[in-house]
Amino acid sequence: MTRIQKKFDELRVKKEKAAIIFITAGDPSLDKNLKLVHSFEKAGVDLIELGVPFSDPLADGPVIQEASERSLKRGTNLKKILELVKKIRRTSQIPLILMSYLNPILSYGVASFARDAKTAGVDGVILPEVPVEEGRELSSVLSRAKLDLIYLLAPTSTLERKRNAARASRGFIYFVSMTGVTGAKNTVLQSVDADVRSIKKFSTLPVCVGFGISTPEQARQMSRVSDGVIIGSAVVRALKEHAGLSADAFTKKFVTPFVKAVKAPR
Amino acid sequence: MPKKSKPNFSNLPDKEGHFGPYGGRYVPETLMAALTELDKVYRVTKKDPKFKKELNHYLRNFAGRPTPLTEARRLAKILGVKHFYLKREDLMHTGSHKINNTLGQVLLTIKMGKKRVIAETGAGQHGVATATVCALFGIQCEIYMGEEDVRRQALNVFRMKLLGAKVNPVNSGSCTLKDAVNEAIRDWVTNVRDTHYIIGSVIGPHPYPGMVRDFQSVIGREARSQSKSAIGGDPDYLVACVGGGSNSIGLFHPFLGSKSRMIGVEAAGLGVHTDKHAATLSKGRIGVLHGSKSEILQTPDGQIQLAHSISAGLDYPGVGPEHAYLQSVHRAEYVAATDKDALLGVKILSENEGIIPALEPAHAVGYLIRQKRRFKKTDTILMCLSGRGDKDVQQIAQEMNR
Repeated sequence: MTRIQKKFDELRVKKEKAAIIFITAGDPSLDKNLKLVHSFEKAGVDLIELGVPFSDPLADGPVIQEASERSLKRGTNLKKILELVKKIRRTSQIPLILMSYLNPILSYGVASFARDAKTAGVDGVILPEVPVEEGRELSSVLSRAKLDLIYLLAPTSTLERKRNAARASRGFIYFVSMTGVTGAKNTVLQSVDADVRSIKKFSTLPVCVGFGISTPEQARQMSRVSDGVIIGSAVVRALKEHAGLSADAFTKKFVTPFVKAVKAPR
Repeated sequence: MPKKSKPNFSNLPDKEGHFGPYGGRYVPETLMAALTELDKVYRVTKKDPKFKKELNHYLRNFAGRPTPLTEARRLAKILGVKHFYLKREDLMHTGSHKINNTLGQVLLTIKMGKKRVIAETGAGQHGVATATVCALFGIQCEIYMGEEDVRRQALNVFRMKLLGAKVNPVNSGSCTLKDAVNEAIRDWVTNVRDTHYIIGSVIGPHPYPGMVRDFQSVIGREARSQSKSAIGGDPDYLVACVGGGSNSIGLFHPFLGSKSRMIGVEAAGLGVHTDKHAATLSKGRIGVLHGSKSEILQTPDGQIQLAHSISAGLDYPGVGPEHAYLQSVHRAEYVAATDKDALLGVKILSENEGIIPALEPAHAVGYLIRQKRRFKKTDTILMCLSGRGDKDVQQIAQEMNR
């Protein structure tokens, strides 16, 4: 059982929804990431997604694109990110997920990546440009290393696609709240409810919702209809704009409100 | 040596878009339904005689097909070969082979009931060809073009605007073609329900590489029958330039079962030993870019490297998956020509044949001139002249004055 699966079991018992925070690894720096992850955990964040920066992030909007560029300029690569994971693991058991485009992993070598990521303490992987059709081989390599490959589903996914991805996914299922890139303005949230329910017919895995959730109020709404909420661009943007804040002060100001919204009693 | 079974090229790609280890569909889930629909519609439509008739009608009466096969006698003499033929895609409406594909895809757009078209463009040739067919059928059109290219290709930007298209300059990443593709994909992810993305080359996720190849294969089909009339058979060599690889695969594909040898010429920029080139098949490694697996210029960390070429149309760090496959099974050979070779090609073709080529096919001419010793005096070479040089004359003038 990975830390992801364990975490969702705990949340289920507590009848709580998952607060998941995404940050781009290496932005503003790997050292700061380490401090941030610890602060996030103290503030009640349940899972962390670390974005692996890529030169051509075609599923991302400007906020994460620019964070990736800043990170790459500092020389961030997979090897250094896995070192960060090792450091986090010295003091924390929070579930850690790498969100990466495929090419850096292919270049590293899928089998070596799976081995090194597991050893470092990674629990799962999200590959936003790998649909189920192309994920089979990867999925088996990752699952042999006991890493969860988390598939994404979208509002445009047909019932058949929902079934296939729901069955193939491990850890949880990532539902993309809208047609668009990360950080886009999301105005139509109504249909998420129906989509999440239809995905749940095919799997007992938790379904978490991400993309375009930029306010605590939206996070609260999304947590009502799903098992967890993923906040990315809103936090990455705040990190850039408030680079001077300490990790604790940043978390209190920009992350705690999301956690409270997700955990709000209903 | 163990006997290998000869690969059958005619049934590639497979159902999921693979050419051996290359190709496939690596895109956000949001696009998968649209790609599946496109694949389905295309597979049915391409067999529909009514569709073929309609496409042929526009290719002939609007775009100017068939294009001639011109014998270039003086160049044959320079190269020391028996015959040298040019397949004249430069005579197509809008100035290049790009319209073969955009006409096919715009008819599919109408068939799918989509109201809006987007496209990426580097030098602007594909952008102009897309804007043109959208004007012809009254479809809303937006073109993504790197800010750097918008500046370099002001004339084509103006042409697209004249044709009623909106041109969106892209200022992310390196502000060139690869970033224009990223941005077009982002637009498509957002507006996929009513928008069709007309990719301009044999790149991208399945079904694009196979579909664009099919639309461009008209080049090779005509060339093969014209060659039969001219020399009574297939030429010894087929030569074409390769950026993403659409004119070259269009020429090569109908000949894959023949004995003709194939040479694809990539852009070597300042030289393949420098870091300023676009010679993906010579210097790339397998990877995933823009929705498919192919050979890619990348750093040791798997980040995409910037390409460089004098010609914006070849300035791309990836290449169509079918070319990567043809190279891997040794059915086609891929070489590279430098910026300087291309300028030499422009000069020699202009002075000796009265044809000013675009910088892209000028790479192929330049390669042939520089490597003429590899050809025999009994050889016949057929080259695809994919576009005319009008768009490049200003740049050529600047470079030649240097």
